[in-house]
Amino acid sequence: MSVESEVGLTVDGETVSSAADITVAAALLNLGKWRFRRSVSGSPRTPLCGMGTCHECLVTVDGDRHRRACMIPVRAGMRIETDD
Amino acid sequence: MTEWAASVVVVGAGPAGIAAAIRAEGAGRSVILIDQAQRPGGQIWRHRDRAALPRQARSWLQRLDRSSVRLLTGASVVDAEPSSRLRVDLGGRPLGVRWNDALVLATGSHERFVPFPGWTLPGVVGVGGAQALLKSGMDVAGMEVVLAGSGPLLLPVAATLSRAGANLTLVAEQAPLGRVIRFGAALWRSPSRWLDAARYRAGFLRTPYRTGTWVLRAEGEDRVREVTLTDGDGERTLPCDLLCTGFGLTPASELARLLGCATDGWRVKVDGVQATSEDGVYCAGEACGIAGAEIAILEGEIAGLAAAGDRAGAERLGRRRPPHDRFVAGLAQAFRLREELSALPAGTTLVCRCEDVPLERLRDFGSTREAKLHTRAGMGPCQGRICQPALQHFFGWGIDSVRPPLFPTSLSVLAAPEEDESPPPPTSIT
Repeated sequence: MSVESEVGLTVDGETVSSAADITVAAALLNLGKWRFRRSVSGSPRTPLCGMGTCHECLVTVDGDRHRRACMIPVRAGMRIETDD
Repeated sequence: MTEWAASVVVVGAGPAGIAAAIRAEGAGRSVILIDQAQRPGGQIWRHRDRAALPRQARSWLQRLDRSSVRLLTGASVVDAEPSSRLRVDLGGRPLGVRWNDALVLATGSHERFVPFPGWTLPGVVGVGGAQALLKSGMDVAGMEVVLAGSGPLLLPVAATLSRAGANLTLVAEQAPLGRVIRFGAALWRSPSRWLDAARYRAGFLRTPYRTGTWVLRAEGEDRVREVTLTDGDGERTLPCDLLCTGFGLTPASELARLLGCATDGWRVKVDGVQATSEDGVYCAGEACGIAGAEIAILEGEIAGLAAAGDRAGAERLGRRRPPHDRFVAGLAQAFRLREELSALPAGTTLVCRCEDVPLERLRDFGSTREAKLHTRAGMGPCQGRICQPALQHFFGWGIDSVRPPLFPTSLSVLAAPEEDESPPPPTSIT
């Protein structure tokens, strides 16, 4: 059995833990976040393509807005804000 | 802007790009290999634990480790300048990458989507999208999952979902059974493809695989809760936490088109040694036609040798390439979209998800360009990669020209002057 180590993150102001070595997109979905961003007309969106093409998964990472959650691995201490 | 240079620059570190880089390096050239992801492998060899990859993938990745190829990960090509240079966004910082002799494009493919009511709901993901998210750590254990789309990719993704503990209730292939069988029968020359298909099917034995069945709509308040499908006669509604939907792959030819390479539809045109219409620019893998990893590797090897100036070697390898145009055409024919899919979206169904443009606002225009100018469809961050194939399908519109930046980037990346000597961010370069 493989033992995955955990990392601590702050997601929308809440301290949470996530498996290490996964992407921000996977971590947010595993936390039950079913709204990564709001579309221009306000509807909730989550990742579609999972590989950097569709830009549906944009979130704020450590203060940087509009980052593709599916392309960024989680790191200990990372601050993530959804609902961009 | 800091500049890196090599004899051969390869864009895309999937099977084709890795093979091209290794072959060019083996022929004595300096090589830079660029990819957007954090690790080499592309989508098919995407991994967290290399030991879990098939032997062939491990072997190519090992050869890459041991080579002198400079690997630039987390790097998006945003523009290509005529002076043999790429402008790259490396974690928000600008980097110039110059090729002195040749550029190899191994940019792969995008998943093709067909808009239907509810496809923008949270929890509706691509088929390849689901595979990518699973490989990057998404947990689907206990989720109610339905797979509805088209193409051979449905099989391995169904097997992965099942193995990951999802409650996969249905795999729906829109193509009718007759076409799927004829495609399978035409593969008799490729026993390895047969074996793969059988192995994948064995991976989700408890779930029905229904041909001639397609999605009608997804419903839910804040996220998808149920999906309705049809086989042309009855309708069936299933509970659903995750709906995976995708209708095959489209060659990712944006960078090639920006460079002026001739194309046939979305495919980049190449000759017997993978040379494009532009001097010193080669293309390999799915960007020149969807044909799978085996052929992508071989094309990458051919392109790598040709890019390194070993034309004879490239031609020798080229003779080993099966006549894959027939396979590409056979695949497209077998899984071509049925008529009924054109009638899926309602007037209010969003086609452009970036700018939230519904179908009813697009109907009155005559071309992708015209619709773009009036509605902003295709002008959002995905640059039309998701909606253009759909517009082509619904209205028969052509492919619009490509303009930089190829990906959204910061002004500091776009505006960085050529001669700026800011230090490179060396952490991403191995």
